[in-house]
Parts: sequence; structure tokens; C-alpha cells
Amino acid sequence: MVVAAQSRPSLAQQDLPAPPADNAQAIIQVRELNFFYGDVQALSDINLDIARNQVTALIGPSGCGKSTFLRLLNRMNELIPGTRVHGQVLFEGVDLYGPGVDPVEVRRRVGMVFQKPNPFPKTIYNNVAYGPRLYGVKDRRRLDEAVERSLRSAALWEEVKDILNTSALGLSGGQQQRLCIARAIAMEPEVLLMDEPTSALDPLATSRIEELVTELKRRYTVVIVTHNMQQAARVSDVTAFFYLGRLVEMGPTETIFTRPREKQTEQYITGRFG
Amino acid sequence: MSQDRRMLFWRRARQEMAFLVFRLAVLVVLGALGGILLYVLIQGAGAISWEFLTAAPRDSMTKGGIFPALMGTLYLTLGAVLVALPLGVAAAVYLSEYATEGRVLRLVRLGIANLAGVPSVVFGLFGLALFVGYFKLGISLAAGSLTLGLLILPTVIGAAEEALRQVPGTFREASLGLGATRWQTIRKVVLPAALPGILTGSILGVGRAAGETAPIMFTAATFFTLRLPSSPLDQVMALPYHIYVLATAGTHIAQTRPLQYGTVLVLISLVLGLSLIAIVIRSRMRRHKKW
Repeated sequence: MVVAAQSRPSLAQQDLPAPPADNAQAIIQVRELNFFYGDVQALSDINLDIARNQVTALIGPSGCGKSTFLRLLNRMNELIPGTRVHGQVLFEGVDLYGPGVDPVEVRRRVGMVFQKPNPFPKTIYNNVAYGPRLYGVKDRRRLDEAVERSLRSAALWEEVKDILNTSALGLSGGQQQRLCIARAIAMEPEVLLMDEPTSALDPLATSRIEELVTELKRRYTVVIVTHNMQQAARVSDVTAFFYLGRLVEMGPTETIFTRPREKQTEQYITGRFG
Repeated sequence: MSQDRRMLFWRRARQEMAFLVFRLAVLVVLGALGGILLYVLIQGAGAISWEFLTAAPRDSMTKGGIFPALMGTLYLTLGAVLVALPLGVAAAVYLSEYATEGRVLRLVRLGIANLAGVPSVVFGLFGLALFVGYFKLGISLAAGSLTLGLLILPTVIGAAEEALRQVPGTFREASLGLGATRWQTIRKVVLPAALPGILTGSILGVGRAAGETAPIMFTAATFFTLRLPSSPLDQVMALPYHIYVLATAGTHIAQTRPLQYGTVLVLISLVLGLSLIAIVIRSRMRRHKKW
């Protein structure tokens, strides 16, 4: 534990609604979520639960709202002017959009890895140490530990342990993306959001990230947006299919890919549109 | 077929004509610059000597050098940078990182653009009224630096805004996504990435500050002093003002003319040198950054 292992402050000083008894496993519960870019409604009436220590894949054609939905889980969308959210995203029972909830704290606990690897123009070490330093960790030994542990967790340590003080921009695309994963998990988040993390990578780098995702769910809850059906089938436990801003179907990945309930889901996963 | 060929001929001919006009335009611009430089070099080179650069003027400025003026200009320029850089960068950070687009922001931008268009003599009079008079700094290095600082403020803000815009949004996203506040993001990621761009843009603005006469003639510059300034409240000599004095107010115009051209040459070299430094830094920086 690097960051505030002693006492993790609760998201808000408010009474927590008791989680529904039927779903104690859910770390995130989305209720009646609607989202607007200006006047355009991008998401309508989303209700779903995200299970702890599982990989949830969000699939659907371009523009279906799956990335928008992902970014609602750590309040990244509000960086875009003119957006509005209605409904609730309950994280450990606390509404992330409730009054008194600080988006900065939300983003620390719900980490994110982006579509394109985006390391800072700093050294490898300073990229990973960035998060802990934000929270005031200055002690060199603790930083060293956090950097090594995070890089090991991201399966990058062996490749970079001798070049920690060189620029992160010198790494290959796949290495950069694993560095971004290491940077995110250095914050010890509870949930890791991944927005098409392999779309800019070659097949080999992609398979390494996929292995990593399966590895990561032991400690984190992972939500991953992907355009790649095989990827969703390979890495995820649960799959949610989005279409035109609505959640069409969600269930165990095996069921979704073999016996989907909805016609649209079947058409999409068999490649008839998308 | 032959009609097509004739068409093609005329299309080519028109293209050649257009290119000729563009080439001539470039030639005129370069010619003007080259002509000025060459003229100043020929007229002024004879006056340049070690003594000219390191000694004070003597014998009613007909002999000696320009050392106090050279140093005065360096001090004034440095002072202007110290005034304009923090203020300009802070303003640019506010404008491009915090302020939300809208009518107010457009108005502020318009104001800054207009500030850049204000004649320098107006800055001089403003500085005289505000810094020399109201703040009682007197005619001094401090008053002149503040005035020049205001003069180059729009340039610095513009350069800084441009440099901040060049920092990819993905850096900000990555930092905010890790739970950084906006200020942490700006201080630890955005500003370091933008700094080289801010500096080079500002150096180009500084060249202008070094060469201005009007803003300092009421606020800082003195006709003649042997001493270098020992405090910010001292008056200083400055190269542009020295040129003005030699050209218009001397009593021995014929004898001071070579010195005048020498001074011009030094001033132009100084300004060009600064621009050159900025350009070198920028090109090195471009090679290093890969985003």
C-alpha cells in the first residue's frame, strides 16, 4: 500500500444507502443513468452492476456510448464543457455524483488507462511515481517500492529495471501502455477502467496486455471497452452490449457469446453490423 | 487534343506568373532586410573596437564607447523579462487552462490583442504617469523595466498561450485521471512541457523590448551617465536612446556619426542574437519532443 493505506477517506460525509442484499458482490451500481452532450442524449436509462474482482467488457458499435459510459465511472466526462448527468453511479454504495463528492478523490480510487498510450514526457520512474507523489509520498524508499511493485504488476519490470531514469517516450507502444497501467495501479485504485487499451498496439503487444488484464482482476475490478469481439471473449467474465446509447444486454460473457437473449446482440457479435 | 494542350500551356503559364509574383515578394522582403543590415555593417563596422564596447563616451560623445548604454539596455531588458514573464505566463495559464470559453474570455483576448497594437510612445507616457509619477519611482531602471514589461506582455501571453495549446490534451487527461487536481496537472505536467515554448516565444518579445526607444525615454533613460546603475532607482543609458541622442541632439553631428552607426550595429546584433538563440532553442526542442 502506497497511498493512504492507513485510512481511506470515504467519498462523502453522508449516510450510505445500504447496498441491495441481492448484489453484495457489486462494487459499482449504476441506476437510471442518463447523459447529455449539450442537447444530444448519449446514454439513456442505464442500469447495471459491476462485480468486484471481475473483468467487465463493454462492447458495441462506434458511437454506441460505451466509452462515454466508461468515463462516467470516474467523472472524466465533466471535463468536457456542456455535459450533463442524471441518475446515480453508486461506488461502494456512495453516489459518485452526489453532493460533496470530490471528482479528484473519485479518480484516485477509480483509475483509468486510455486508448492511446499517454506517458508523460518524463522518465519511466517519474511516470510511475507521479501518482504517489500527488498524494505527498516523498520518501525515496517508499517511492522505489511503489515503482517496482507497480511495474512488476504491469509485467514491465524486467524490461525497464535498468533504464528507469530514461525517458518513457523511448519505449515501444506496448511498453508505453503497460507503463500507463503501472502508473494507474501505483495509485492502488479499486477499479481500473480501460478504454480500448490495445487499439493502438500490434498483436503481440495486445496479447501481453490481455494476459495482464486477466492477472489484474485478482486485485482490481476491471472495466474494459473493446472493439474486438475476440478480446472481450478472451478476457472478460461479464459482457455488456451497448447500442444507440442503451444497454441492450448484459450477462456472463459465455452466455452473451453463445446464447444471447437479444437479436441485436446476436447480430453484432456475429459481425452483421458494427 | 490540341485544345487540351493549349489549355495546359496557359494553365502552366498562369502558374509560372503567380510563382514569379511570390518570388518577387520574398525577394523584396529579404532585400530590404539585407540592405539595412549591409548598410549598417559597412557604416558601423569601423567604429567597433574593444574600447567602443567597454568604455564610456567622452569629449561630448565624439569619442569613447557605449559601455554604459549597452549595460543599461541589458539591465532594462532583463528587468522587462522579470516583469512580463511571471505575469504573462500566469495570465496565459488562466486564459487557456481555467477560464471557460465565452463572451468575457473573447473580450479579454480582444483587449490583449489591442494592447499589442498600442503605440510604444503611449506606453512611455503611461509609464511616466504611473510608475515615474504616481508610484514615485522617478526616472529609473525600475520604471523603465516595468514599462517595457507591459509593452512585451501581449507577446509573452501570446507565446505562452500558444505553447500551452501545443501540450497534448492526453497529458492533462492522464494526470487528472490519476487523481491530480487541475493545479497539480498544470504545475507538474503542463507547464514543464510548455516551458521551452514559452521561453522561446518570450525571447522573441524581448528582442523588441531591447530595441524600443519611446517607452524608456520618459521613464528610464538618461542622456549621459558614467556610472552603471547601482540600484533599480538609478537612471541608465540605453542603446536605442543613445542612438536617438547621437542622431538628433549632439553638437558635433559629423564626428558622432560613425559612433552612431556603430551603436546601431551593436543594437541590431543584440536583437538578432537574441532571436537566433530563441530559434536554436526551438529547433533543438522540436528534435527532442516526440509527442
